[in-house]
Amino acid sequence: MVKKATQDRAYITSIGTVAAGRVSVNKAYKMYVGGAFVRSESGRYFQVEASAIAGSADPEVVNIPLGSRKDGRDAVLVAKNAHEPWAARTAYNRGQILYRLAEVLESRRSELTSSLTRAGSTAAEALSEVSASIDRAVYYAGFCDKISSLVASHNPVSGPHFGFTMPESMGVVAIVAPEEPALLGLVSTILPVIASGNTAVVIASRRDPRTAVVFCECLATSDLPGGVVNVLTGDASEIAPHLAKHREVNAIDTWSADDALRTLLEREGSGSVKRVRSHDGRACAALRDEDGQGLGFIEKFLEFKTVWHPVGI
Amino acid sequence: MDRLETHEDLGFASDLLIFSRENRSLACGNLRRVTVLFYTPVPVDQVAIEERVAALAKRSLKKQAKVQGLKLAISMMDLTTLEGKDTAGKVTALCTKAMHPLDSDNSIGPCAAICVYPNFVRIAKRALEGSSVHVASVATAFPSGQSPLPIKLEDTRRAVEFGADEIDMVIDRGAMLSGDYQKVFDEIAATKEACGPAHLKVILETGELGSYDVVRRASEIAIAAGGDFIKTSTGKIQPAATPAVTLVMLEVIRDHFYRTGKKIGMKPAGGVRTAKQALHYLVIVKETLGDAWLTPDLFRFGASALLNDVLMQLEKERTGAYQASEDFSKD
Repeated sequence: MVKKATQDRAYITSIGTVAAGRVSVNKAYKMYVGGAFVRSESGRYFQVEASAIAGSADPEVVNIPLGSRKDGRDAVLVAKNAHEPWAARTAYNRGQILYRLAEVLESRRSELTSSLTRAGSTAAEALSEVSASIDRAVYYAGFCDKISSLVASHNPVSGPHFGFTMPESMGVVAIVAPEEPALLGLVSTILPVIASGNTAVVIASRRDPRTAVVFCECLATSDLPGGVVNVLTGDASEIAPHLAKHREVNAIDTWSADDALRTLLEREGSGSVKRVRSHDGRACAALRDEDGQGLGFIEKFLEFKTVWHPVGI
Repeated sequence: MDRLETHEDLGFASDLLIFSRENRSLACGNLRRVTVLFYTPVPVDQVAIEERVAALAKRSLKKQAKVQGLKLAISMMDLTTLEGKDTAGKVTALCTKAMHPLDSDNSIGPCAAICVYPNFVRIAKRALEGSSVHVASVATAFPSGQSPLPIKLEDTRRAVEFGADEIDMVIDRGAMLSGDYQKVFDEIAATKEACGPAHLKVILETGELGSYDVVRRASEIAIAAGGDFIKTSTGKIQPAATPAVTLVMLEVIRDHFYRTGKKIGMKPAGGVRTAKQALHYLVIVKETLGDAWLTPDLFRFGASALLNDVLMQLEKERTGAYQASEDFSKD
């Protein structure tokens, strides 16, 4: 038997496909839309450099899909269709699913860490970013069924009526994710949006889209219904203006846009009276600490409904 | 048995060998009651058909051509509501939508027809008075067609009496599948007679026929028996209209035209939901039958959800922004 194995290896090596007796299996990085991993419909790619890791098969330069306007439109459509059933789930169930996400992130800790390291973080930074991301997933998991209690109100009104104000999700929220932190930035911007029942179309960090793809693999295995989070890779300046203009998108949350793009998004969003939130570099940096989480992040993507109800029989 | 003859009027002189049995004349011309005893339809090349429609789906229509195609599609639409929960109110609203698909732009529309159950024909007729929109009524025990022929004919006569301009009948799929082509033919011919002046569309319900060969045979029988249009589906069965099955039927229409010079209409129904699909169908029609068929007189879409998607795309072209579905009226 041993002899035969040796012969096989010799044979494979002789046809030149291998190092160390194995065919190298390179990863094809894809976007995450509607619960599936897809290439760009445009067929375009851009290249990202990543420092090689000893023993890893991944090359130093990887191809990442360059998302197009049409990819954005497709993503909005699935996000729109996913919104109603996601919002209709109990808040408790959404919390369970986000907690499940934390479990999956935990089990993929080493992969996430090495992905961040390859994009330039030191081992210690990567490790602490992954830990913070997992903690943040747990944090928002716990928040899901408390949002309503915290922000809803029973209003004092003049007259024999109750006045209740209740939060509802907005619908589809487009997120231009922070350039960095690549992983913690995604977790910190996506989870507060979906915790309340919104669905999201995210344009991942252009600097380190690989980590975003690994994060999507966690989303895909965490019981999160397809379409609730859709992650595109590519140029925010190419895709985001179309999302801002798209009438089916209810809000846009911008974490990495220069002034020109920010102005453009606000202008394009005005036609449909879209909520346009933008944040500067300092806000991105603040995502790394305790200020990077809280009810405020959830509240920005809620609509409030007030109901009057007669007092008495 | 009389004599074996090829019946010119049927338009399948070379394919259809027919026994003439009785001398009862039918309304659809000089046809006698005929018995389709022996004929073999041209076999359909499934792979080629599917490859052809897939290739045609890749054709890209942009800007002006797209807008023109979408407007044409609207003018070809049979806006349909065939539900147990239909009400006079819903039908009236649908009629308004057929006449003025888009509130903000009167240049769009009107649709070709609205398609309802016989009970709503009068209501629709009244609502559409003075417009060019026709009223189509389903009849003949729609959607199954599983009732005795006299009832089906009565159903048809009533619908015409109520004012239907077009009758959408269903064939007896059970008879078709068990090889009783004679029954299928006779029922269509009798319904054509019952239609009087109204146009007859023959629904094959291709989703129940099983193969393209049966679809081709059913199409030939429907045309031979006097159908003005052949239509894919009731919309109650999945799969409903597909581009491939539509191409099979269009080829029957083409072959019939080459033999007789008569133009038969086509109506895919059910399953056409997006503007892109509608354009794909128009491309298939143009490539198979040519511009002559790109008119509401010879091509229709049976649809309900399609109109809003087409309107959304037209608005997208006009404003540059993708539209939200909630901005367009449902029915």
